[in-house]
Amino acid sequence: MFENRFKSLTIPRFTLPGFVATVGNKLPQWPHALALTAGLNAVVKMKLLAEDSLNLLEGRTFLIDVLDTGGRAAFTFRNSLFRPLFTAPETPDLAFRANLSAFLQLAARQEDPDTLFFNRELSIEGDTELGLIVKNMLDAMEWPSFPSMPAFRH
Amino acid sequence: MLQQKLPELVCPAGSLPALKAAIDHGADTVYFGYKNDTNARNFAGLNFDQKAMVEGIQYAHARGRQVLMAINTFPQPGRETDWHRAVDGAADLGVDAVILADVGLLDYASKRHPSLRLHLSVQGSATSYEAVNFAHREFGIRRAVLPRVLTLAQVELVIKNTPIEIEVFGFGSLCVMNEGRCWLSSYATGESPNTVGACSPAKFVKWEKAPGQMNTRLNGILIDRHNDKEPAGYPTLCKGRFEVNGSTYYALEEPTSLNVLEMLPEIVKIGVSAIKVEGRQRSPAYVAQVTRTLRAALDELGRDIDHFKVKPAWQAELGKVAEGTQITLGAYNRPWR
Repeated sequence: MFENRFKSLTIPRFTLPGFVATVGNKLPQWPHALALTAGLNAVVKMKLLAEDSLNLLEGRTFLIDVLDTGGRAAFTFRNSLFRPLFTAPETPDLAFRANLSAFLQLAARQEDPDTLFFNRELSIEGDTELGLIVKNMLDAMEWPSFPSMPAFRH
Repeated sequence: MLQQKLPELVCPAGSLPALKAAIDHGADTVYFGYKNDTNARNFAGLNFDQKAMVEGIQYAHARGRQVLMAINTFPQPGRETDWHRAVDGAADLGVDAVILADVGLLDYASKRHPSLRLHLSVQGSATSYEAVNFAHREFGIRRAVLPRVLTLAQVELVIKNTPIEIEVFGFGSLCVMNEGRCWLSSYATGESPNTVGACSPAKFVKWEKAPGQMNTRLNGILIDRHNDKEPAGYPTLCKGRFEVNGSTYYALEEPTSLNVLEMLPEIVKIGVSAIKVEGRQRSPAYVAQVTRTLRAALDELGRDIDHFKVKPAWQAELGKVAEGTQITLGAYNRPWR
């Protein structure tokens, strides 16, 4: 299991120094969106995400805002693929904002999003129900055991 | 050595990974529900479809653990068959018990599936031994989950006067403690746990960010306002701040989680059969954290109940995941009667 591989690795809570965001804000943002959507699409292709939930994302716009790196990724979901948006929408349907450490803790399933929300380390703006759909879809995802993953198949 | 058996640790599962996390971290029993309004955590994208249920039950049973299915909302007029079908489905799946709240549904289940074990849900709002014994006599329930409004002495009184098992809440988000009878969510949104299976449904919730503050609105009603550092809770009416006689404060209930670690020995001594963890809406990470903490505490208590001491690490772990990052003993140690 994915989580088990990283069991010994605990991600601490940290905030990057202010200049990182100052520099990050000036960098082009599309590479973040490109990398994130490529990752998400790989997960879609492996059919790890519930289809009924995915259908509810059709045409909606998303923004992931990493506050302490100044990195932002805007994307949408159309025709079964996550697609980067090269100009971020002014009011995305859903925006998650947090520091890098919180996003890493979420990705490693080390912390629960509600915990981060209660602690004010994660903010959710826009369509709250859409946020819940995304959260629950990711929670329900089961990482296959590694031998069955494409890279291990021969 | 402990005189009586340790209480069963009953943990929540809103998804298959959460169920596995509960089992892997020491739950004796897990509870889950269908992806519809037959259970009180009917949130978008949460819960189990048939395939996940089959796999979850296999996973639990293969490890000698039990699975309960919550069908704990109230059948809506004209749609009773949806709830009957859920009970039939649970019986077919081979769950170890169903958790029901509605007397009509208890009647249906007891007649249609006489061998299906029935638990009375907290939503059934049975706060006295008379109410518990009524459900036992009429429908053959084997366990009742008590609402979080009772003091420990009152819980003991129920246990002494009933032949069935009593389950109490051990950890989790605390609401206004009026389970099964609360209409606050309906007052604000027209929808409530009893009717649609969700308190303050997400579609009515809006968090508005402004520099230095966050406004929480439920169906347009401003229910709370936080500065950037203030811990937050779930966006329910009972945990909003209101102006009462000129001061603005949490007039009904603070955002907080129940945590019984401090009184675990008393809970065991009075003969509680099972301790429930709230939180099917939460992620596998939470389920793992809370389950392993309570498992460690219960095991420690099983070794020597008279010298049981709460470890600071347990409190820290539970405090971190608590709503509003606050914990309370709730009604258990209140002086009221």
